[in-house]
Amino acid sequence: MNPGPALPEVPEPDGTTVLGASDVARALTRIAHEIVERSRGVDDLVLLGIPTRGVTLARRLAERLAQIDPAFDADACTGELDVTMYRDDLRRQPTRAVGITRLPAVGIEDKTVVLVDDVLFSGRTIRAALDALGDLGRPRAVRLACLVDRGHREVPIRPDFVGKNLPTAQSERVRVRLAEVDDVADAVVIAGRDGSTDVRSTR
Amino acid sequence: MRHLLSTADLSKDEAVGLLDTAAQMAATQSREIKKLPTLRGRTVVNLFFEDSTRTRISFETAAKRLSADVINFSAKGSSVSKGESLKDTALTLHAMGADAVVVRHWASGAPYQLAHAGWLDAAVLNAGDGTHMHPTQALLDAYTMRRHLAGRAGGLAAPADDGVGADLAGLRIAIVGDVLHSRVARANVALLHTLGAEVTLVAPPTLVPVGVEAWPCRTSYDLDATLADWRPDAVMMLRVQRERMSGGAGAFFPSPLEYTRYYGLDARRLAQLADHAIVMHPGPMNRGLEISAEAADSDKAVIVEQVANGIAVRMAALYLLMAGDRSAEGNDL
Repeated sequence: MNPGPALPEVPEPDGTTVLGASDVARALTRIAHEIVERSRGVDDLVLLGIPTRGVTLARRLAERLAQIDPAFDADACTGELDVTMYRDDLRRQPTRAVGITRLPAVGIEDKTVVLVDDVLFSGRTIRAALDALGDLGRPRAVRLACLVDRGHREVPIRPDFVGKNLPTAQSERVRVRLAEVDDVADAVVIAGRDGSTDVRSTR
Repeated sequence: MRHLLSTADLSKDEAVGLLDTAAQMAATQSREIKKLPTLRGRTVVNLFFEDSTRTRISFETAAKRLSADVINFSAKGSSVSKGESLKDTALTLHAMGADAVVVRHWASGAPYQLAHAGWLDAAVLNAGDGTHMHPTQALLDAYTMRRHLAGRAGGLAAPADDGVGADLAGLRIAIVGDVLHSRVARANVALLHTLGAEVTLVAPPTLVPVGVEAWPCRTSYDLDATLADWRPDAVMMLRVQRERMSGGAGAFFPSPLEYTRYYGLDARRLAQLADHAIVMHPGPMNRGLEISAEAADSDKAVIVEQVANGIAVRMAALYLLMAGDRSAEGNDL
């Protein structure tokens, strides 16, 4: 869970690190406690990560949930949900590769599903995820956990569990780096601040 | 990738990417709700100048599972039988706003013409042209081989993930029968070579095309020797295309019985195959001619699975050609 000091801390050349590895770890632990508190236990709880980094975050959250309550089976209750084929911007972008969808072993029917993503921005990915979920089954409730909420929502979607609210400008880019995916120490980095002309968005 | 015209145009990365996408599409087909909203509002035209029920309904199913609208246009009983040219048909489809055209034509090269003549701006998918190519069939064959055989020849893929990400390096595939008339064989030789598999064509000398020496494969006239000495991992039986043999079946081999004796997959030859080997056939089968009932119904036969995989592969091809922004540069896999 803790990547340790072995991995190099590589700051974005043009970015500001807003959360370091220990901040990320603390945020995830707090979210895990909030999930348990909100659901009054871990019964019927499943985590669905949205690729790529949401899957890693879901796995880390599942480990923490298992520590809080050993009755939680981290492997059987964690899955991944690819939303590519449900996106509304497919025609505006080059063809995206379709990712893996793997439902948890216990299924999602009548469960409380917690969607896990790294950065919540326009909300369109979550809208696509809700559509995808609707085709896969009927959960009792769907909740949303994200490591960073950077605002600028374009659809009426709000997160239930947030690691860090990060006020940003549209033009800024927020990157989440995770040890398992990026081979660098965990970090949340904002780039394109300081009036930079780079206007690419993260999502 | 703008069109899917020939397996010879596919790079290894494109081919593996297409098979990986097909694997994700196949995963959606075991769900309760099989339909995806991905191509909602797009139109796929099935333009069939040659009868083909299997390929047409496979493409139709694939397009409908992705929520595209499907228009079936067959030459029989249409403007084509009244003498309309391919160009005018294409202009008509363009005017109707087709986003993709799936074309089956008796003339080799017709899909290429349709894609490159500037009559249409739709994506063109070759569903079989003359004796040239049948790319989606080759892709579904490769997908089926990868599911069953990936990792056999020293690769790392675990069978549990259907060989996602793997190629077919080191596999030995025997393609047996009417190679001369077979676009399936041509498409497979090109694709299997790209994916790293070794191919041996087995056919009577009369059914081996001129110029086969230039193909990236071996040829043999002896099925028994190939099975015994070369030990193929998969045996693909081709249909004897009697409708393409002018002068009847007798023009290329003395009698159906003799063909069956020398080149048919019967119970004896089936028993010679390695335990892991699979038996494939693009369908429709001539039972008793190129393949016996024992072989077609054996545990090694994956012929019915090939049909199911065909839908996933065609969904992947339609997705990759239609979903993205076609004006974007580098719009590859």
